[in-house]
Amino acid sequence: MGEYVLEMNNITKVFPGVKALDNVSLKVRPGSVHALMGENGAGKSTLMKCLFGIYQEDDGEIILDGKKENITTSKQALDLGVSMIHQELHPIRFRPVMENIWLGRFPMRGIAVDKKTMIRKTKELFKEIDLDINPEVLAGSLSASNLQLVEIAKAVSYNSKIIIMDEPTSSLTDNETDHLFKIIRQLQGKGCAIIYISHKMEEILKIADEVTIMRDGQYVGTWPSGELTTDLIINRMVGRDMTNRFPEKDYIPGTEVVLKAEDLCSPLPKSFQHVSFELHRGEILGIGGLVGAQRTELVEALFGLRAIVSGEVEKDGERFKVKSVQDAKKHGLALLTEERRASGVFPILSVLDNTVIASQKTYANHGVLRQSKRLKAAKEANLQLNVKTPTLETLIQDLSGGNQQKVLIARWLLTHPDILILDEPTRGIDVGAKYEIYTIMLDLIKQGKSIIMISSEMPELLGMSDRVMVMCEGKVSGVLNRAEADQIEVMRLATRFVK
Amino acid sequence: MQREKVIPRQKIAIVYIIVGFVLALVGVLLKVAFYKKTMYDLPWWVIGIGVILVGYGLLQILNAERIGSEVVFSQRTAKSFLTNNAIILALLLLVIVIMFIEPRFMQNKVLLDIMTQSSTRLIIALGICFTLLIAGTDLSAGRMVGLAAVISTSMLQTPTYGNRFFPNLPQIPVAFPIIAAIVACLLFGVLNGFLVARFDMHPFIATLATQVMIFGACSLYFDMPPNRSQPIGGIRSDFTALGQTMLFSQKGVFDGISILIPIALVICVIIWFVLNKTVFGKNVYAIGGNREAAVVSGVNVFATIMFIFILASGLYGIGGVLEAARTAGASNAYGNGYELDAIAACVVGGVSLNGGVGKIRGIVTGVLIFSVIQYGLQFIGVSPMWQQILKGVIIAVAVALDLSKYRRK
Repeated sequence: MGEYVLEMNNITKVFPGVKALDNVSLKVRPGSVHALMGENGAGKSTLMKCLFGIYQEDDGEIILDGKKENITTSKQALDLGVSMIHQELHPIRFRPVMENIWLGRFPMRGIAVDKKTMIRKTKELFKEIDLDINPEVLAGSLSASNLQLVEIAKAVSYNSKIIIMDEPTSSLTDNETDHLFKIIRQLQGKGCAIIYISHKMEEILKIADEVTIMRDGQYVGTWPSGELTTDLIINRMVGRDMTNRFPEKDYIPGTEVVLKAEDLCSPLPKSFQHVSFELHRGEILGIGGLVGAQRTELVEALFGLRAIVSGEVEKDGERFKVKSVQDAKKHGLALLTEERRASGVFPILSVLDNTVIASQKTYANHGVLRQSKRLKAAKEANLQLNVKTPTLETLIQDLSGGNQQKVLIARWLLTHPDILILDEPTRGIDVGAKYEIYTIMLDLIKQGKSIIMISSEMPELLGMSDRVMVMCEGKVSGVLNRAEADQIEVMRLATRFVK
Repeated sequence: MQREKVIPRQKIAIVYIIVGFVLALVGVLLKVAFYKKTMYDLPWWVIGIGVILVGYGLLQILNAERIGSEVVFSQRTAKSFLTNNAIILALLLLVIVIMFIEPRFMQNKVLLDIMTQSSTRLIIALGICFTLLIAGTDLSAGRMVGLAAVISTSMLQTPTYGNRFFPNLPQIPVAFPIIAAIVACLLFGVLNGFLVARFDMHPFIATLATQVMIFGACSLYFDMPPNRSQPIGGIRSDFTALGQTMLFSQKGVFDGISILIPIALVICVIIWFVLNKTVFGKNVYAIGGNREAAVVSGVNVFATIMFIFILASGLYGIGGVLEAARTAGASNAYGNGYELDAIAACVVGGVSLNGGVGKIRGIVTGVLIFSVIQYGLQFIGVSPMWQQILKGVIIAVAVALDLSKYRRK
């Protein structure tokens, strides 16, 4: 075995219209944790997919254990000792956990699957990494974090030389992250190398031995993690200084109430109950809370996507009932949903179609569309938000996450809303694009619009909100002014009703 | 990296225009100077292709700004050209082979026959494509065709015919039974739409249920005394004119163009307009592309789905009426299995069963391909059983090629 267990040299990968990887190299030492960092769209996942046989590189070489390999399928990658934990989990929900783990390599007895052995092997595996999950429960019944841990167990079960972890902690709590790190140390002890992709700087500095940084599909460099600091990493990732993560707030929020919710209750007992709040003109009202605090459910109900059994909503002093999204739009509401892929973009439609879909009727005369009007509106909106797209005809799925998000904001701005509800507006987008979105938000406030922002990122919540409303278990546990809001106070409120 | 060659679009367009001119010239020469009886209408075809090429070249110049002013030639673009047009190329090859085996195939009459045969199929396929675009399907299409055929013909028999469906029915205006037939289909379309939109039922199941109901209802109607399930005949000529009229015919010189061709063309243009230029059409693509996102964007999903199934059923109704007029008769077995032919044509034409992808152009091509195969193979005496096998192979190959376009590797 040479100095490196894996060498990826000068990898290039071109997608229609985008050079996703341009001469990227990655060298991983055996038994080390190698962090791979970069903004979204920098090409980390693409590089890993080339290694794992999901994509085929156009140029460059992959050397595993000193041998040049041409990896064309994931099966081949697994056979060569490379396993991967994917960023998005796709469990087979209606099958037991253990079948999810051993899929493709079930223990057999003659022509039948050997269930007993499978249970035994799964139990052994879970014991090895200290996991307390029944192998026979359905995968769909597990929580997101347990699923993530099962996925990690699955990767471990291949006895690989290299395990790729693509954002493994995105749905894990701090305790579970510590658990994962223990597993990683254990694997390292066995000589297994880990390629670790994450956006969380603290994690990287804690766990990684070496860090490779990528930017815009290009290789920036590799450093031992001891030589790095959070600022240095950000610097190299974005290629510029990022001393200010949030743009300066140079406005005074209004006091006039634009939206008033009183005693809103969901028909589901476990969802939001007795929620009251006020939104002022020209302010950003942040909604904080833990996952499961029913924040998304609350704003979706305001937007007509979920039912409300009791309670009232007033806008500009006038009561109104929202029965459908059309009603909400009519009253000047807009909602940017949490799940960009699931309920935001139309991946196979063009940027143009994606931009104008919510305001389509304004470009039509008796249902017949005027193409020139649609083009003009889309062009202006995308220009205003600085969307980077080759043409308006480009499919939105070919844009980076940040640009997709900007298109979605453009979509809603075209409906001329007074109130924008942004549910995790910067989730899964890179540092540079985040800053742009913050700037857009402040611009909107200055135009007299009001924003409700749900955010699970504490710095964002504190940095952007004029007031913070904290929810816990479906109830409002407190509202904080900008001055009194800090991490400790928000966390205290977020766990106020947790038993 | 692969070898690439970039050529300005202007140049390509000029090549097209020159080749087109040459072909047209060859055609004229063939017609004027070297004409032999065994060529039939080949010169006209050559001229036609030439004119199309010239037109295509001109379009390329006119639209250069929109589609990019340069054309890249490389292994990759050549490959994607081949996969994108494989079915058409295969079809051309087939036509050439048939022409060699049976020169009589080279007649304008044959071309027009194929188009006539495609007309009603196209109308039905255009209806079904809406349901496919939202990742659904419509199994009730064929039975609706049968229903429309039976209802319309049952009220349009000549007074002297011996076996009348309604013995005492006076001569009513042609429009009335036609409207009745289409309205009957629309009612079932409403049912389809309601089941899918209101209960979120999968269209496969919803339309399977209506399909069975329609056949039952149609059979009951067909079995009413005094008809007792006998095929309906003796159809009035003012009705059959709808499907049998030949335009521009000159006795002994030119058989004429079937009226079905312009009817199908007009419907095709209308549907293209609806799909590409209206809010409704854009909403159809949006629902097919990502239904959740459509809901969140405030698209009225309920209304859109309702209208999709109603519009589709209206088209099946029209298709059924025309089919009855063309064949001057009807029975409750009419239209059986048409939905599968229509789905096959759409799919071969590039409509994705996953929803959101599909163009009118592709559907027209898909329908024509099946007609050419059926007609062409019959022409050279290939057994219908072999035709079935070939049809199946084409569906499988076309879809496999189509999917390989979207796979990123």
